[in-house]
Amino acid sequence: MADRELTMAAAISEAIAQEMENDDNVFVMGEDVAKYGGIFGATGGLLDKFGTDRVMDTPISETAFIGAATGAAAEGMRPIVELMFVDFFGVCMDQIYNHMAKNTYMSGGNVKLPVVLTTAIGGGYNDAAQHSQCLYGLFAHVPGLKIVVPSNAYDAKGLMIESIRDDNPVMYFFHKGIMGLPWMAYFTGSTNEVPEESYSIPFGQAKVVREGTDVTIVTLSQMVHKSTAAADALAEDGISAEIIDLRTLVPLDRETVLNSVRKTGRLCVADEDYLSFGLSGEIAALVAENLDSTNLNGSVKRLAVPDVPIPYSRPLEQTVIPQVAHIESTVREMMN
Amino acid sequence: MEPTKEQLLWMYEQMLVIRDFEETMVNVYLEGKLPPEIQEGLAFDIGSGLVPGEMHLAAGQEPVAVGSCVHLTDDDTITGTHRPHHFAIAKGISLNSLAAEMFGKVTGLGRGKGGHMHLFSVDKKFGCSGIIGAGMPQACGAALAAKKQGKDWVTVTFFGEGAANQGSFHESLNLAAIWNLPVIFICEDNKYAISVTREESTAIANNADRAIGYGIPGVRVENNDAVEVYDVVGEAVARGRQGKGPSLIEVSTDRYLGHFQGDAEAYRPENEVSTLRENDPIDRLQQQLLDSGMTEEEDSQIKERTKASVQEAYAFARESAYPDTSEATQHVFV
Ligand SMILES: Cc1ncc(C[n+]2csc(CCOP(=O)(O)OP(=O)(O)O)c2C)c(N)n1
Ligand SMILES: [Mg+2]
Repeated sequence: MADRELTMAAAISEAIAQEMENDDNVFVMGEDVAKYGGIFGATGGLLDKFGTDRVMDTPISETAFIGAATGAAAEGMRPIVELMFVDFFGVCMDQIYNHMAKNTYMSGGNVKLPVVLTTAIGGGYNDAAQHSQCLYGLFAHVPGLKIVVPSNAYDAKGLMIESIRDDNPVMYFFHKGIMGLPWMAYFTGSTNEVPEESYSIPFGQAKVVREGTDVTIVTLSQMVHKSTAAADALAEDGISAEIIDLRTLVPLDRETVLNSVRKTGRLCVADEDYLSFGLSGEIAALVAENLDSTNLNGSVKRLAVPDVPIPYSRPLEQTVIPQVAHIESTVREMMN
Repeated sequence: MEPTKEQLLWMYEQMLVIRDFEETMVNVYLEGKLPPEIQEGLAFDIGSGLVPGEMHLAAGQEPVAVGSCVHLTDDDTITGTHRPHHFAIAKGISLNSLAAEMFGKVTGLGRGKGGHMHLFSVDKKFGCSGIIGAGMPQACGAALAAKKQGKDWVTVTFFGEGAANQGSFHESLNLAAIWNLPVIFICEDNKYAISVTREESTAIANNADRAIGYGIPGVRVENNDAVEVYDVVGEAVARGRQGKGPSLIEVSTDRYLGHFQGDAEAYRPENEVSTLRENDPIDRLQQQLLDSGMTEEEDSQIKERTKASVQEAYAFARESAYPDTSEATQHVFV
């Protein structure tokens, strides 16, 4: 059906529902995923369709139920398990990074773990230091986890279906500020046309969401929409920005990034994760390792949270999380 | 253990302050969060208004806070939860700095950096966390410090019945037991962890029974009643001060409002809250006090006083300044 728009939350739950219809091994568990439909709506409507056997509310026992997802996956099930906010990983990280991420390798490739760990990320609505982080860089740092970070409903559906079908552990990060929730302001560009039929989007393919010639903005998730707004403003002054939405961090589409930088000669990374030792450094390193072919026309710029916890107070939060104006002014500086 | 008249009055007044603080927040929180001031198409915007972000209020849960804190001094420590206002108020944290923190103002407890789930007072020895189950290990540490320093100070750690399924609960109980630490573990059983009921999440009916597994006393307070809490927590605090080790207490209590403000509560039976409110713990204590000699005039004086203090706190918060943005990068380290 043409012109059917979905919010990202609806696209995610539709993708899960379609895979649950296809494959009895797929099931969902997590805190408030059933009756509530997920605090951020990612599992909305699933309980009514599939019942409590396949859509399971859990106790607040993340180590147990995320570990259980790994255990069930090893037995051939395809669990989708939600960690309500990524910030809560601390109570269950061992199950994630020492087991979900490593059992395949440690078994010499014999143990398959088709599990999808979904989680909410991001700030911008003043939920403070323990409920506003992104942290995908931290998980991408650990070998053994595929990392998916969609920016819009169309990608969210295709990437979710790909995630469920993958025989490896996938962490799927949805930013709260693009889910299209009726109770949180969001970037409306994230709600877009989504085909009803099932489709998948392969991992490791970044998307050029806007073509440009002067500067490459490498970004992801909600920051794609901020970058687009900045690029609109820059275009008025004749500055042409190319925007790359990474979509997945593991695997990372290095070629698309490098090709763009080869074309524009300038790189700005716009990220909502912490600045140091993370995604923005990784992208900068990628270009640094390929300087001979990129003909960089000035220093790489990185926009990210300046290594402080996310403060509660609105003016402070707005200062540390890169905003449209920050992206715009940074690119202007790069052009001078 | 029986409360004195003064203690009863103190608990009554503190409950009134807490209730008023929370119910005032219900309205203040909505300022600027409703159409037409927000993004078109939204019913509500959590990130807008004077007090943005999540807001977990404790109206209905006053007895557990006041019946516990009445036994504590400024030397005793509390670790609280994501729903922390009632504990903070009963521990004596100034309403002004509490309210200002929620407005993100520089006059707040944490200069606006923490927000409502992350309240810290060194003077009142109070801390809390937005991570479920996070207070209990730190409570063990505070109690360990008191013990090493030869003090008779106790630490009270509050947590919800949902948190009793978190590993930190079990690890902390065992640690406190083997080290004989003066920690009082107090579980607020408000029957819900967001939408998940305790029956759905918990294998046994009484979390206090879990004390058996750690060889420590466990008591459940069946009613949402300040005097009953007073009695049970009083014994546990005395044990702690006497070096007799930890206790586990579960208090049955009632959450009058949504899990957070804006929660549609579709998971909750209709009329549940109105029925609960008919048996309100503040009304009951008021009646008890009136029966035992408090005059109507004394009662209205208390109410005027509490109202004034809450109004002053919100006015203070509104009028206070935001922190300068240069503060954003300060205080990562001292
Ligand atoms: C480790 C962790 N997991 C999940 C959450 C999300 N969460 C916040 S409050 C809550 C329910 C807590 O229930 P309970 O402990 O009973 O406290 P109550 O809200 O009823 O006061 C949940 C699941 C969290 N904050 N931290
Ligand atoms: Mg509860």
